Amino acid sequence: MAQLILNHLSKDFGTGRAAVSDVSLTVRDGGFLALLGPSGCGKTTVLRMIAGFEQPTDGSIVLGERTLADASGALPPEKRNMAMVFQSYALWPHMTVAQNVGYPLKVRGITAATWQSRVKDALSVVRLEEFADRRPADLSGGQRQRVALARCLVTSPDVVLLDEPLANLDRHLKAAMEETFREFHARSGATMIYVTHDQGEAMALATDIAVMSEGRLMQVASPQDIYARPEGRVVGGQVGQGAILDLALPDHGPRLLSWSVIEVAFHQTAGPSRPVLVRPEHVVADPEGVMLQVTSCVFEGERFSLSLRTAGGQHLRAYSPHALDCGVLQPFVIRQGWML
Amino acid sequence: MPRSSANRSSQPAWLLPFVIIAVCLLSGLPLARLLYAGLRFSIEGKATGLFSEPSTWFAIRNTLTTATGGMLIAVLLGATFAFIVTLTDIRAKGFFSFAFVLPMMIPPQVTALAWVQMSGPASPLLKTLGIAPPLGSPQPLYSLGGIALLLGVQHAPLVFLALKAGLAALPRDGVEAARLAGASPMRVFHDIIFPLAVPGLIAGAAIAFVSGVGNFGIPAILGIPASIFVLPTLIYSRLSSFGAGTFAEMSQLSMVIAVIAGLGLVVQQRALRGRDYRIIGLSGENAAFSFGLWRVVAEAGLSVVLFVVLVAPVAALVASSLVPAYGVPLNFQTMSLHAYSEILFRQSVTLTAFANSLFLAGTTACGLLLFTVLTAYLLTRRPGKLADIITGLIEIPYALPGIVLAVAFILLFAAPLPLVNVSIYGTIWIILIAYFSSFFAVSLKPVASAFLQLDPSLEEAARLFGAGFFRRLRDILVPLIAPAAGASVILVFLIACSELTVSALLWSAGTQTLGVAIFNLDDSGSSDLASALSVLVVTMVVILMLLLELLAKHLPKGVLPWRN
Repeated sequence: MAQLILNHLSKDFGTGRAAVSDVSLTVRDGGFLALLGPSGCGKTTVLRMIAGFEQPTDGSIVLGERTLADASGALPPEKRNMAMVFQSYALWPHMTVAQNVGYPLKVRGITAATWQSRVKDALSVVRLEEFADRRPADLSGGQRQRVALARCLVTSPDVVLLDEPLANLDRHLKAAMEETFREFHARSGATMIYVTHDQGEAMALATDIAVMSEGRLMQVASPQDIYARPEGRVVGGQVGQGAILDLALPDHGPRLLSWSVIEVAFHQTAGPSRPVLVRPEHVVADPEGVMLQVTSCVFEGERFSLSLRTAGGQHLRAYSPHALDCGVLQPFVIRQGWML
Repeated sequence: MPRSSANRSSQPAWLLPFVIIAVCLLSGLPLARLLYAGLRFSIEGKATGLFSEPSTWFAIRNTLTTATGGMLIAVLLGATFAFIVTLTDIRAKGFFSFAFVLPMMIPPQVTALAWVQMSGPASPLLKTLGIAPPLGSPQPLYSLGGIALLLGVQHAPLVFLALKAGLAALPRDGVEAARLAGASPMRVFHDIIFPLAVPGLIAGAAIAFVSGVGNFGIPAILGIPASIFVLPTLIYSRLSSFGAGTFAEMSQLSMVIAVIAGLGLVVQQRALRGRDYRIIGLSGENAAFSFGLWRVVAEAGLSVVLFVVLVAPVAALVASSLVPAYGVPLNFQTMSLHAYSEILFRQSVTLTAFANSLFLAGTTACGLLLFTVLTAYLLTRRPGKLADIITGLIEIPYALPGIVLAVAFILLFAAPLPLVNVSIYGTIWIILIAYFSSFFAVSLKPVASAFLQLDPSLEEAARLFGAGFFRRLRDILVPLIAPAAGASVILVFLIACSELTVSALLWSAGTQTLGVAIFNLDDSGSSDLASALSVLVVTMVVILMLLLELLAKHLPKGVLPWRN
């Protein structure tokens, strides 16, 4: 196995606006990359180019030593040794669970005893051995998902692609399936690429997150990095909870801002303003702070979520252990902020 | 490393050329040949005599009269049925729909034969009931009015289906909103439902008109005995009296048919302009009107209509097939199965016709499937301008009146084939090729809708897991579209088996089809044998339709022409 390199990858469907433009990134061998972005941002097109369903209009895809695709030609999907979990699961309704899982083996000419044992192994990993002779129509959503996963497990694919696999599942199942994906990744050691619009999933599963917006790659980093040090307004607004304040700050200071810096900037109205990302967990009630007005207070189970307004009309978010009345003014301290 | 430059889509490189060649041979070539002949003969002035003959103008006038009259009757019948069945709370809607559409699937010459047996002085049914007009009085159906009436009955289901599709999409909440706004049921019908139904009505009327222009079976049975000719029967009679020497006239006459049919469609286009009402909101449940106590009356009314257009003609057909000779009343002394044993065991003409029709229909239905599966796959996986052109080329021969298509094939194959120097004119193969061309669209539709309905990721998954094109076709695609493919085979078989118009021009001794046999038996006065053969054909039609009904829940919407 080897690393997967996307090299200035672009795709234009001839609609006037490129679906994907100039995406370059490297997925290390055995890595788990999440492609994160809102719908229509081009993440699925990137995935489909990696799979070979679409040919790039420019740039190339390289897996180890092999060029899988560039503008002049592409290796067809059936020759790429990849596997994929589709959003619709793409289970073949006319085959049993075992036949679905065993199909990649059948295509490779593996029969009889080997076929039996490998299908059984794959089904046992997803705990579906006793469903081997059922049809997909008789399974629940989560079970179908696991069959689709077992189908990826049965051969040893170089790359496993997952296209919003949890989009159609309810919350409880999602948590359970995330666990299954983590196990699957640890067990197979395959390079995995996971397309999602749900940042919670991306954070929980991936070793690396690539944030996309309007066909462009905004940032690639580990989940912790991307949460703590997002690049630019788009990533800052998309990853994690938080609010973006416009504060008058010097151009060349450190990007991680402490309360003392923020407090000064708060009282400064002149000068060019810079966007600063403030996470709600860093906004705490404190008599030393600035006065903010509570505009809403919503109970979320473990805590209350507050919307706050500054004197200058900017918005902030915060958490509170107890309910606050709407409209009250209360002092808050912003422990830290991140200059985008 | 093996790389292909055109693998954006999943089709192999040979697929597109294969489909284009097939479509050009089956559709493009005969159409081009006809167009060429028509234009050349007009320019050379070879057929000028044609348009100075009064018989030509009579035929044009008769065609317009019967097609227009038939259209009016079809609209009246079809629209009444569609409004009542889709918008009111009558019971047994499924039964009424099926029974009302049945006449459409019965071959027109059988319809005509049945109505002739139902009325007139020699009707065994009327004789048995003792209400037959005196012998010697004229058969009222042998007239322009009779032809128009039967065209109307035959094509009323077309209007019914076109209208029903539109009405089924009618939003129930739109009707309810109008009621809440204070409109009476009649007012709602006038202000809301009728305007929204107009496009379907116009479309249905246009199809009925065009089908009436091209119909051969009804004017052949009803018109030829009374020397009333319409354009299709005029072509037929010229071909049978002068042979293939009348190419120039035949091609001109069929161009006239094509032009009249085309004008009908142009009028439809103009009428539909600006009437594209997209239905917004929920459709579905749409028993918008309640008949209340009048429901039984409405149901009885529909039943009476069904009795007249379906039950009585079929009963008359059965009655005439059971009497020993023309004009004998049917009772327990006269009843016999002689006609059936005659056509099934003794008459070599009917036996050959059975063999020919079963061979032609079976080969067409199964053989076409090979083309249609590949074509439908290509069309769904490669949408665009080219796909639209291919679809159009496939649909023209089906939309074109059968007689025009038959003339095109005569022109194409009258001379021996180049290179091999063999002529297929007069053999069964020319009929087979014409059937392939004519029924391509019928065969394609169910398969294409099945492909459209298929989640493309099912094939992509197989692809990614290593399956090549034929492997995917065999393991994934064909099993998934199998019900639609089955429907396609049955549907083509059903229509091809009793087809008359194309084979009427293309048959010769030994290659007659069932449709031709029925027509010839009636023409030669053996109405008992013609009726018996027709009864068998109607029985087969009903059995095949019921078979398709059983298959219906596995089929994509819109595959069965009588359901939507």
